[in-house]
Amino acid sequence: MGPQHPATHGVLRVVLELDGERIIKAEPVIGYLHTGIEKTAESKLYHKVVPLTDRMDYLAPMSNNLGYCLAVEKLLDLDIPPKAQWARVCLTELTRINSHLVWVGTHAMDIGAMSMSLYAFREREHILGIYELVSGQRMMSSYFRIGGLMKDLPSNFNREVQKVIDLLPSRIREYEDLLTDNRIWRNRTTGVGILAREDALKSSITGPMLRATGVGYDLRKAIPYSSYDKFDFEIPTRTEGDTFARYEVRMAEMYQSLKIAQQAIDGMPEGPFQANAPGIVSPPKEKVLNEMEALIFHFKIVTEGFHPPEGEVYVGIESPKGEIGYYIVSDGSPKPYRMRVRPPCFINLASLPKLCEGGLVADVITNIGSVDIVLGEVDR
Amino acid sequence: MGLEDKIPDGVILTTLEKVVNWSRKRSMWPFGFGLACCAIEMMSTFMAHFDLARWGMEVMRASPRQADLMIISGRVSNKMAPVVKRLYEQMPNPKWVISMGACASTGGVFNNYAILQGVDRIIPVDMYIPGCPPRPQQLIDGIIKLHEKVTKERLKEKKEAKKK
Amino acid sequence: MSYNKEAEKFIEEKFGDKIIEKIIFRGELTFIAGKDDIIDILRSLYEDETFAYNFLTDLTATDWPDRKERHEVVYLLFSFKDYSRVRFKVRLREGERIPTATVIWDSANWLEREVFDLFGVHFEGHPNLTKILTPDDLEGHPLQKDYSLTYEIPQFSHNKDQPPEVT
Repeated sequence: MGPQHPATHGVLRVVLELDGERIIKAEPVIGYLHTGIEKTAESKLYHKVVPLTDRMDYLAPMSNNLGYCLAVEKLLDLDIPPKAQWARVCLTELTRINSHLVWVGTHAMDIGAMSMSLYAFREREHILGIYELVSGQRMMSSYFRIGGLMKDLPSNFNREVQKVIDLLPSRIREYEDLLTDNRIWRNRTTGVGILAREDALKSSITGPMLRATGVGYDLRKAIPYSSYDKFDFEIPTRTEGDTFARYEVRMAEMYQSLKIAQQAIDGMPEGPFQANAPGIVSPPKEKVLNEMEALIFHFKIVTEGFHPPEGEVYVGIESPKGEIGYYIVSDGSPKPYRMRVRPPCFINLASLPKLCEGGLVADVITNIGSVDIVLGEVDR
Repeated sequence: MGLEDKIPDGVILTTLEKVVNWSRKRSMWPFGFGLACCAIEMMSTFMAHFDLARWGMEVMRASPRQADLMIISGRVSNKMAPVVKRLYEQMPNPKWVISMGACASTGGVFNNYAILQGVDRIIPVDMYIPGCPPRPQQLIDGIIKLHEKVTKERLKEKKEAKKK
Repeated sequence: MSYNKEAEKFIEEKFGDKIIEKIIFRGELTFIAGKDDIIDILRSLYEDETFAYNFLTDLTATDWPDRKERHEVVYLLFSFKDYSRVRFKVRLREGERIPTATVIWDSANWLEREVFDLFGVHFEGHPNLTKILTPDDLEGHPLQKDYSLTYEIPQFSHNKDQPPEVT
């Protein structure tokens, strides 16, 4: 099943050994999108790595940004003001909805429900409108920076996000009506690609795949980051561990994300949008254009960068696909010595043989869809 | 088409080139070769908000043997390059190639050991679309310019190019 | 996010002679051990019930070409009991082999293949130690520090007649 295939989400190759219609062996071959991001990051200043991280999991770019910024802020021991933290939470949850929408659109299209992809991409346009409002770019916004945000939230941010939050629940309910009790959907997804709980833990699977097997592990509750502990939400879990369970978990997560986004805009604190750290965080643009010291700081940060202390940190956050973690080793120079990304899709994809073997050929496509892979992250 | 008014009996006089080019551009079937982030913007362009079927690209063919237009959207890594070349050779003539995005055109943000610095090193490209990723409106603009390019094509030149 | 202090004491008492160094930085606990003992340490932490560090979050490596022990393999463990992490590092000289962790976790299979592909560290006992990310004709191990980034100088009008320089 070659790298160019309408149903592999990107350039994934699966080598299948068949006996009639049954799969005896399935082996994914990856690497067709290897970009060397980790090596490229070693040659750029800390601030300049932020756009590179956008392009790994390209369906949830703000989530990758958040992980990197949190890791560098932990290394520098910076305090981020509450407004920046709450804005980060709000936008990350919208990113989660964005990623799950694309997932449900492409997964349903693979299984045969073609109109789902049209609906999902239509909803997605609203969220991309919010990205564009905030940063100017539709997808790779690089809005979260080290120390806070790129610039202040616009004045109509709350209104626009409220529009999206009012619009989406009824639409998501429409999709559930279309799919959840649909006999064809049920036949094609229940009992397919079952992953047992012990297998999942041994294979280091995280994210919705793990929550569908019964383990309620969500980093937003386990090790709260960026003031997630101030929000009230639930973590949906199921116990069957098959494709239908993963579908239910992801649909339920979309409602929880809307709940968090609503709380975020209701209680958005006032204050600065970036930390007060002159040598590390660039001063706001108005000051740079008018004051001499701000200009000098800005110049130094852009050309030379800052010198963090020596050491290493690891920060893991809950991206829509699982736990994405950034392991940064610093040797005191302005460029990271080693930036390692713990890729959730890579580790989740390694369990594909367990899901496929013994099943039918048509189920391979269902399984690939339910693992929710993004090849940019698998290959980095 | 004002010509129809001037001539009775539904006989249209025009040059063969114009008819052929008009029909080619009006139903170009794309071969969706989505590699990375630009593929998501390409998918958005095909979907309901910015509908690409308005320009005749209704069906996105999965097999290269049935497609006319190859849209290379996304970064082409060195491991993927032979696959791209093979797919291009599998497409029957006439074929056109759009290189969508900065990574496909020149290597983009990634100037390193793993990414091919521009897909035009291995296959001939007709239209380059800049952007990272290009907005759907930019992709549509590029496709319309490609249509204009197709209308200006001369059949004789294409035949000689094929012979070479 | 801080580490578990009882776990720190427990690990120091149980494996005291096998631990070479202990580092605590920004609330994270790191132990450095030898390559012959690491699998025993990981296995006994996996089976231990009180602290239950039985989830392998990540397995990676770093390259320090200036040191005598060039490769540094990093294991990151996680416990569901108190949601704390602990990191183990093993320092290897060039050419030394380290036993595989696939005997304990299945996820180590692909993670070790990636470390082999990008750094050149051999894992003994691995069922299928082959390249996973880079193309088959790429020689060398890209993430080592002496493998250059292979930066190609862009062509402008002043150097358009010269072939592209690759550094």
